[in-house]
Amino acid sequence: MSDGKKRMLRSLAFGIALGLVAWGLRATTSLAQEPSPAAPPTTQAGAPPAQAAAPATAPAPAPAPPAPKGPDPTGAVTGVAADVAVKDAAKPTLLEVMDTVGHNKISINIVWTLVTGFLVMFMQAGFALVETGFCRAKNAAHTMSMNFMVYGIGMLGYWICGFALQMGGVGAVASLGGTPPLSHEFTLSLLGHPFGLFGTSGFFLGSDVYDVGVFALFLFQMVFMDTTATIPTGAMAERWKWTSFVVYGFFISMFTYPLFANWVWGGGWLSQLGANFGLGHGHVDFAGSSVVHMVGGVAALAGAVVIGPRIGKFTKDGTPVAIPGHDIPMALLGTFILAFGWFGFNPGSTLSGTDMRIAVIATNTMLASAAGAFAAMLVMMAKFGKPDPSMMANGMLAGLVAITAPCAFVTAPSAVLIGVVAGVLVVWSVFFVERTLKIDDPVGAISVHGTNGAWGVIALGLLADGKYGDGWNGVPGTVTGLFYGDVKQFIAQCIGTLTCFVFVFVTMWVFFKVLDKIIGNRVSAEVELAGLDLPEVGALAYPEFQLTPGSGTGS
Amino acid sequence: MKKVEAIVRPHVLEAVKAALQEVGVVGMTITEVKGFGRQKGHTETYRGSEYKVEFLPKVKIEVVLPDDLADKAVDAVVKSAATGKFGDGKVFVSALSDVVRIRTGERGEAAV
Repeated sequence: MSDGKKRMLRSLAFGIALGLVAWGLRATTSLAQEPSPAAPPTTQAGAPPAQAAAPATAPAPAPAPPAPKGPDPTGAVTGVAADVAVKDAAKPTLLEVMDTVGHNKISINIVWTLVTGFLVMFMQAGFALVETGFCRAKNAAHTMSMNFMVYGIGMLGYWICGFALQMGGVGAVASLGGTPPLSHEFTLSLLGHPFGLFGTSGFFLGSDVYDVGVFALFLFQMVFMDTTATIPTGAMAERWKWTSFVVYGFFISMFTYPLFANWVWGGGWLSQLGANFGLGHGHVDFAGSSVVHMVGGVAALAGAVVIGPRIGKFTKDGTPVAIPGHDIPMALLGTFILAFGWFGFNPGSTLSGTDMRIAVIATNTMLASAAGAFAAMLVMMAKFGKPDPSMMANGMLAGLVAITAPCAFVTAPSAVLIGVVAGVLVVWSVFFVERTLKIDDPVGAISVHGTNGAWGVIALGLLADGKYGDGWNGVPGTVTGLFYGDVKQFIAQCIGTLTCFVFVFVTMWVFFKVLDKIIGNRVSAEVELAGLDLPEVGALAYPEFQLTPGSGTGS
Repeated sequence: MKKVEAIVRPHVLEAVKAALQEVGVVGMTITEVKGFGRQKGHTETYRGSEYKVEFLPKVKIEVVLPDDLADKAVDAVVKSAATGKFGDGKVFVSALSDVVRIRTGERGEAAV
């Protein structure tokens, strides 16, 4: 650097330093001399929610301005009675205070529902990384793209009609302030009882549901639906045609998922097995072991059956051939991201930040994840002498899937037990699906989500301890499982599990068969052998790296 | 002009490079390769299915030098790359018909 430049920089630095000192002096001295003017009280806190929504811009007629507030480093005097807007500061009424309490309670719940919903949205990244890490490099861009795009496609389908079919008749969600417009459910009368089948309000989130509570509910339910939608992309990876995938994305978000979700969460018939037939509280699924994961896993099963195994996956006599994933660190990172997102998935399903059961739910979730990972690791070490990173990841996810239904209803030791069983079950299931059923599932989606989704709702039927859930699905009393005395709850869980499997498998198998006839689900053999990245999505995941063929495996 | 091609274990690359430079070699090209000879591969398991790892990662070093340097270079490679176990690699020496420097167009010994 030339001398002239050095001198200029030095002067600049000196000038900046001088300026900072001057500004600092001014700031500290001015605070001592002029107290900052008091801000006029805002109206948001005080506007009663019962009245028509008033724009929060016009300040209410201000009472006498409160004494100016000095700096408060601990918060001891921030947030006081003066922050509650009342007509006459000298004569506050109980109703005004109650209005504020009610407003704040619902606000907390809405914030909670939204923020946990954002966490679940981030799970899309987790799924993308897991699936891409477990597939081969030549298909990485395509696998990533499917997981990326299913987010948008699923959301659009859900906005068009999925949400309406699922939640159109759920009624008033109290924790979100009432959601009054969701009160239209198509019901059939069977066996002398109402069988709710699907909702009919809320299409396109139109003007009839333009409600803050409904919008929060939509966001939250949407990200759950997208979790289901992204599961089959793993089981069908490395050979799924892009156009077939796009059609699938709309179908599962518009019909398959919303229908079953309506029956369990939308006030439909599975949730009313208790009210209608005395079977406990009906089929109970707190955060979606069956609604989300089993639906995804069974759809994955149907898709994998129809699309067939990858070329070279099975030898002529049916022995499975190992096709190792190309990026294990990516897959395990994705697993951690999923585990993190699950802190939104399970505790968020209270739809209420003021329901302190969220502490139990979150901790149970965490415990089951660790137990699942560890149990799977032990099984692999016992069988093969070394831990298998992909199975450790599957184990953690299996524990999370399995705890998703019972998380709000079980003790911590039960959560660990559920996780341990899940970790063992997922390993057994992977071998069963691959070696016995001869189905090719590159990432273990069927075993993680299908098998353990079923285990989750069954586990609830066994281990729910009766400490929570009073009034669930309209049935008085807390949710209790078989080991705590309620055999009927267990039966309701079994009915729900069986219904899920049959409904989803049949629907998705027929769907994929029909789609195969119309546009075909699978890429050609040449495309599959070369890799789907260029032929299907026109972009190589790793164009600059020389890809050397695997050590005698794959192509 | 001779070309010396050495296929060695990846972790000895630095040692081989230093040894070659010490005997007067100024340039070289390396490629990451996979291969096997008498060193057997091994069997691994992925999700319960066994698969053979037969092609093992190696590094190929190619050096072009004047005839009188070739023997010294080969000795340098062998000394620095040997561990005594199967899989140490091999060196191939071949005669070149021509060498061209792209920048100047020089040919023959002057281009080495």
